[in-house]
Amino acid sequence: MGKQYAFYPGCTLHTTGVEFGVSTELVCQALGLEMVEIPDWNCCGASSAHSMDHTLFLALPARNLAKAQQVGLDDLAIPCAACYSRLAAADVALREDGAFRAQMEDVLGFGYEGRVRPRSLLDVFANDLTKQVLRAEVVNPLKGLKAVSYYGCLLIRPPKYTGRWDDPEHPQSMDAMVELMGGEAVPWSYGVDCCGGSLTLNRSDVVVHLVDKLVEGAREAGAEAMVTACPMCMANVDGRQKYRGGSPIPRKPKPQYETMPIFYFTELMALAYGLPFQKVLGKHLVDPRPLLGRLGLA
Amino acid sequence: MEPNLGFVEQVSDLSHQNVRRCYYCLRCTAGCPAAYAMEITPAQILKMVQLGQKGTLLRSSAIWLCIGCETCGTRCPNEIHAGAVIDALRQIAIAEKVPAGEKTVLKLHEAFLDSIRLWGRMHELTMLMQYKLTSLDLLSDLDMGLDMFVKGKIHPLPERIRGMGEIKRLFKAKD
Repeated sequence: MGKQYAFYPGCTLHTTGVEFGVSTELVCQALGLEMVEIPDWNCCGASSAHSMDHTLFLALPARNLAKAQQVGLDDLAIPCAACYSRLAAADVALREDGAFRAQMEDVLGFGYEGRVRPRSLLDVFANDLTKQVLRAEVVNPLKGLKAVSYYGCLLIRPPKYTGRWDDPEHPQSMDAMVELMGGEAVPWSYGVDCCGGSLTLNRSDVVVHLVDKLVEGAREAGAEAMVTACPMCMANVDGRQKYRGGSPIPRKPKPQYETMPIFYFTELMALAYGLPFQKVLGKHLVDPRPLLGRLGLA
Repeated sequence: MEPNLGFVEQVSDLSHQNVRRCYYCLRCTAGCPAAYAMEITPAQILKMVQLGQKGTLLRSSAIWLCIGCETCGTRCPNEIHAGAVIDALRQIAIAEKVPAGEKTVLKLHEAFLDSIRLWGRMHELTMLMQYKLTSLDLLSDLDMGLDMFVKGKIHPLPERIRGMGEIKRLFKAKD
C-alpha cells in the first residue's frame, strides 16, 4: 500500500473537467497513491464567493477543511488549481485570524487542529515522489511532444497561500513533469499569465483576447500543445481559441484556424504510463488525437 | 469631486489591505491582464481609494473586470492585494445598491452562489440557465454549451450534499 492522501475533487472534476478526473484516478492508482475523498464536500466558492463576500470566500472552503480533518490524514490533495487556492486561503485564515477561526468552529461545530495541509496534486506528485518513481511507470514515452507548461494564476499565486512549493513567477514543476514523461518542455514567456477566468461567460471578448495571446505565444515558442493543472484554464483555452475576438455575440469561429490541443498534466502522465485513457481524450473541445496520432502516441 | 475621507479606512478594513501604502509604482497595472479593458486601472483604483473617490469607483465597470488572478498581489512591493481591494469595492457597491458597471458579471456571481446555496455544489446546467435568464444574455455560447453537453461534460441533474444546514449557516455568517 502506497501513501494515503485526503482528496478534494471539486465540482468540475467529474463534469467539465472529466479528463482531469479520470486521468487523476488512473495515475494515482498506477503510482500506488490512495486518494480518500473527503465526505460530503461542498463547492469552494470559486471566482464568485470572494467577489460577493469576504467571509463567504473563506467560510465555504473552511467547511471542506473541517471535513478533511475527519479523514484523519494530514495531506489534502487537490487537483483543481482554483479549489486548491481557496482551501489554502481558508487554512491561512483559520490559522492566523482568531476571530474567524472561533466563528467557523462555532458555525461548523469542529475544532481546528491545523494539521491538514491543502496541497496541489502537482505539488504532491512533484515533491512527494522521486523522479525515479515517476519515470518507472513510463511505458509510452511522449517522444516528439513539444509542450509549453501553462501554470496560470492560482496554482502558484499568491505565495502567501501557496507557500512557494514552486516559484510564483517562474514555476518549473510542470515542465519537469513533461520531461519526465518523455516529452519536450518548451520554454515560453506566458506560463503564469491569466486566461480570463470566469469572464468567459459575460466578457468573452476579454477571454478571447487573452487566450489568443497564450496560444500564439505557445505557437511562436515552437510548441504543439499546452499543459495545465486548472479546469478553468482548460475550459478557456480549449473552448475559446477557435473564436474570433471583438464584441459580436454569438461569436463566430476564425476562418481556417489551426488548433492547439491542451492537456491536463495528469493526462500526459496517463498517456505515458499506457493507461486506458483513449476514450476520454475525445471529450476535449480541441481534439488532441490527430496530434497524438501523428506523433505515434495514441 | 468631493472626497470621502473615511473611504480609504472603510476599504482597508473590509479588504484587509493597507491601501495607504500604495506609492503608485504601477506594477499592478503593468501585470494586470484585464487593465487594457478597464476605464480605471488597478493602480488608479488604489489611488482613487486613497483620495476618497467613492462614487466613481463604485459605478465603474473596472471593478467588475478584475479576474482575481493575483498577479498584482504577488508583485506589489507594499504587499497590497489590489484584487482584494477590488473585491471590497464590489461588496460595498452591492451593499449600497449601486448598479453594477458590468451587470452580467454580477448576475453570474449571483447565479453561482445561488447554485451553492441550493445544492452545496455548483451545478453547471441550472446555474447557466439562471444566469442566461437573469442576464438576458440568451444567445451567446449555445454551440459550445451544446458541444459540452453532448460530450457528457455538463450533467443534466444536480446532486445535493447532506450538510445543507451548515451551508445555510455559512451563508448567514457572512458580513
